[in-house]
Amino acid sequence: MRYAMAIDTRKCVGCGDCVVACQVENNVPIGYCRDWVVESMAGTYPKLEIEIRSERCNHCDNAPCVRCCPTGASHIVEGGIVLVTHQKCIGCGACIQSCPYDARYSHPDGYVDKCTFCNHRIAEGKDPACVSVCPTKCMYFGDLDDPNSPVSKALQDRRYKTLAPEAGTHPQIYYLL
Amino acid sequence: MKTRREFIKISALGLGGVAALSSISPLTRGASAIEKLLGLNRNKPRIVKRVPSYCEVCFWKCALWADVDDSGRVVNLTGNADDPHCNGRLCPRGTGGIGMLYDEDRLKKPLIRVNGENGQTFREASWEEALDLVANKLKEIADKYGPESIALFNHGSPGHHLGHLLKALGSDNIAAPSYAQCRGPREVGFEFTFGTGVGSPEPTDIRDTRCLVLIGSHIGENMHNGQVQEMSDAIDRGATIITVDPRFSTAASKSKYWLPIKPATDIALLLAWINVLITEELYDKDFVEKYTTGFDKLKSYIRPFTPEWAYGITTLEPDLIRKTAREMGSAAPAVIVHPGRHVTWYGDDTQRARAVAILNALLGNWGRRGGFYFKEAKPLPEYPTPEYPKPSWSWKDVTNDKYPAARLSVSNALIDASIHSEDKPARIKAWLVAGTNLPLTIPQKDTLEKAFQDIEFLMVLDTMPMEITGYADVVLPECTYLERDDDIRNEPHRELNIAVRLAAMEPMYDTKPGWWVARELGLRLGLEKYFPWKEYREVIEWQLSQIGTSVDEMQRLGVKKFEGRKTPLYAETPEDYQFKTPSGKIELYSEQLESMGFDAIPRFTQHPEPPEGYYRLIYGRAPMHTFSRTANNPYLVDLMKENSVWVNPRVAALWGLKNGQYVWLKNQDGVVSHFPTKVRITERIRWDSVYIVHGFGHHDKKLSRAYGRGANDTELITRVSVDPLMGGTGMRGNFVTFVTENPGKEVVS
Repeated sequence: MRYAMAIDTRKCVGCGDCVVACQVENNVPIGYCRDWVVESMAGTYPKLEIEIRSERCNHCDNAPCVRCCPTGASHIVEGGIVLVTHQKCIGCGACIQSCPYDARYSHPDGYVDKCTFCNHRIAEGKDPACVSVCPTKCMYFGDLDDPNSPVSKALQDRRYKTLAPEAGTHPQIYYLL
Repeated sequence: MKTRREFIKISALGLGGVAALSSISPLTRGASAIEKLLGLNRNKPRIVKRVPSYCEVCFWKCALWADVDDSGRVVNLTGNADDPHCNGRLCPRGTGGIGMLYDEDRLKKPLIRVNGENGQTFREASWEEALDLVANKLKEIADKYGPESIALFNHGSPGHHLGHLLKALGSDNIAAPSYAQCRGPREVGFEFTFGTGVGSPEPTDIRDTRCLVLIGSHIGENMHNGQVQEMSDAIDRGATIITVDPRFSTAASKSKYWLPIKPATDIALLLAWINVLITEELYDKDFVEKYTTGFDKLKSYIRPFTPEWAYGITTLEPDLIRKTAREMGSAAPAVIVHPGRHVTWYGDDTQRARAVAILNALLGNWGRRGGFYFKEAKPLPEYPTPEYPKPSWSWKDVTNDKYPAARLSVSNALIDASIHSEDKPARIKAWLVAGTNLPLTIPQKDTLEKAFQDIEFLMVLDTMPMEITGYADVVLPECTYLERDDDIRNEPHRELNIAVRLAAMEPMYDTKPGWWVARELGLRLGLEKYFPWKEYREVIEWQLSQIGTSVDEMQRLGVKKFEGRKTPLYAETPEDYQFKTPSGKIELYSEQLESMGFDAIPRFTQHPEPPEGYYRLIYGRAPMHTFSRTANNPYLVDLMKENSVWVNPRVAALWGLKNGQYVWLKNQDGVVSHFPTKVRITERIRWDSVYIVHGFGHHDKKLSRAYGRGANDTELITRVSVDPLMGGTGMRGNFVTFVTENPGKEVVS
């Protein structure tokens, strides 16, 4: 089992609904976020291209945040989801520094927090909140080991990329181009 | 000069509600007051029930479920999967709707304007006192000047309740800025052509289209939920998108063709497209033959308007104009030239909408899959109340002499009728305002200010201390949509459907629903026969019983779909189809308009250009905000707290502007924005224009998160080109320049 997400940059309009849905679902304090939207532009007027991406923890196969965690708070569970046990976290911030994606933040309650792929929702057979809410249906989630999962199907049909592959982290968020 | 009605910025001395809340420490282990209100107790809430409602953060009215926890608080909102408006997916504003519910800056108690030693201020009042005062004032004014002298400006659900009250009192002077400041011209333009307006939601069959043409319509930045979803479906299906915009909008970035048009020249492009469709015989000949009149006149009229002619006006390459016209022709009839929504741009907007309508007619997409479908609503009987008294004069009497084709009340005409002149007393003497923040909506602030000084009474019903409340004599705090029962939604769509809004929790603070306010005022004004119920639930229950359902069932469903459409979704028996125009056909050449003294076929006219050193002010939407009403919502502020001014790099270099620098904007009439806005240097905007998102730059301090954030486009719109047909206020003819040094204004850090 390998959970992953594919995000269609051709459909995302950058509305930020994924961000609000995550904040509400996961009680992320106002002013913080577990996912965010990036817009990159190339060219000069009027020959322009924009890529809009919803970003979050990449739940890397080779996760530097897990390797550098001194207490074992950062760990990987079944399906490859990277989690932080809040009670074990001492808030040292080493993981924040090690993450090439800036996917972690210091929660005001003193621990480090990040995307969990909404594993509490997965357990109920639901998609992560961001995937469920997206008005453009640009996100596909599921098990890469299942060829019929939405994410597997999305990756079969389209060209895609990952972010910062040179970091060697084997990220599991795929961007459809 | 002493003004009769000062703008009141501060709430009042000794406001109980506010004091109690501000006693919460702003930062307790990172949990701000707002977070406490939001109930972020770090524990997963125990959901005990879900209540059906539909959203009121914008006008799309997506049906939703409100999850309520064991303490009776709404903790989560999700889209209703059966709802054709949202298909189970709310937009960021809908998802963030609980930020509106728990906004600590909400209006909490009725407020009454009082004249104190140090100027005017508000004092808190009981509902009893506030309602008595409003009723007495309305009665006094109705007795003295007639009930018609009372006008209502409204947007959204509360407007219907107060509208009922006003009609019962004997006035139909009811206007919504959504007509003359937004979509009116397209309604009128389509009525003159197809005999029917467009309405909301637009019956554009985007999900099945092969070619979607957007002219200044920025779907994706305007978050009209169902439409954004369908555009995404169309992208999935490989539809061709053609976007015409001086700005590289999000939609433009999803398009196969982006036409970076010179602003204010859209009609030239539309005429050139019509020219190509006709000269290259790409139009639907059968359709045109069967359903339209005036084709020959159009054909001879359009001859000179070639792509080469349009090139000199629009700056768009003739080849690109031809290519895109051919794309439309080859996709027809599964092609949509979108009518747009906010279309009050240059004053010839009804005629531009006519050109859009003619183009659609030539493509034969009316009533066709992938074009425009035929929408239909579930008929819903009104709760029986006596007939309204007939007003002795109506909005038409102060509107149609100036704007003969206005089919709905024009807000600016009612505002004009509220201002006295030396030879003419004002006909409107009192305003009720519900759910619309006029100072950030109506252009030409000076005119609005004059009206504020001339009217004798102003009551505002709102959930937030929007700027309009600062001008009110009485402010009535409405509870939010999540705290009240409301009208059944039965908007036309592909399938007949209804949605209910039931109160998900008790109103917070001392707030009340709009229906309750209308009824209480009605009882005080002797209009009890118009309110033969105590709770609005009785009205909803009666209406539902008439269509074979019940509150009980709707509590379970939220949205109910019905069989039995009377009309087909697409034109199945096209021979019989009659359009509701005088000729019964689509009028490519409008004899109606000709007889009224207007152009029978749209004509391109030149509009003013920016003076040296000035740039056309273009405004638009961001997907996470609605008008000016969400600028204080904590979740949405988190996504976007202020607007920025988009500046082309060449212009920025000329002015020495740096990315992120704050500048004030000054318009051609010397008006400087209240607050500065951040420079965003980007290739996405032309060098002759700048762009800002509408709805920011609030100047009411009671909006703690929105106050002073960004520039307010509305205050910079001092020149308006009024549409002579229907009174729409064209607002894109204003030009701004940059002020880099503080012109002596307050800056909010």
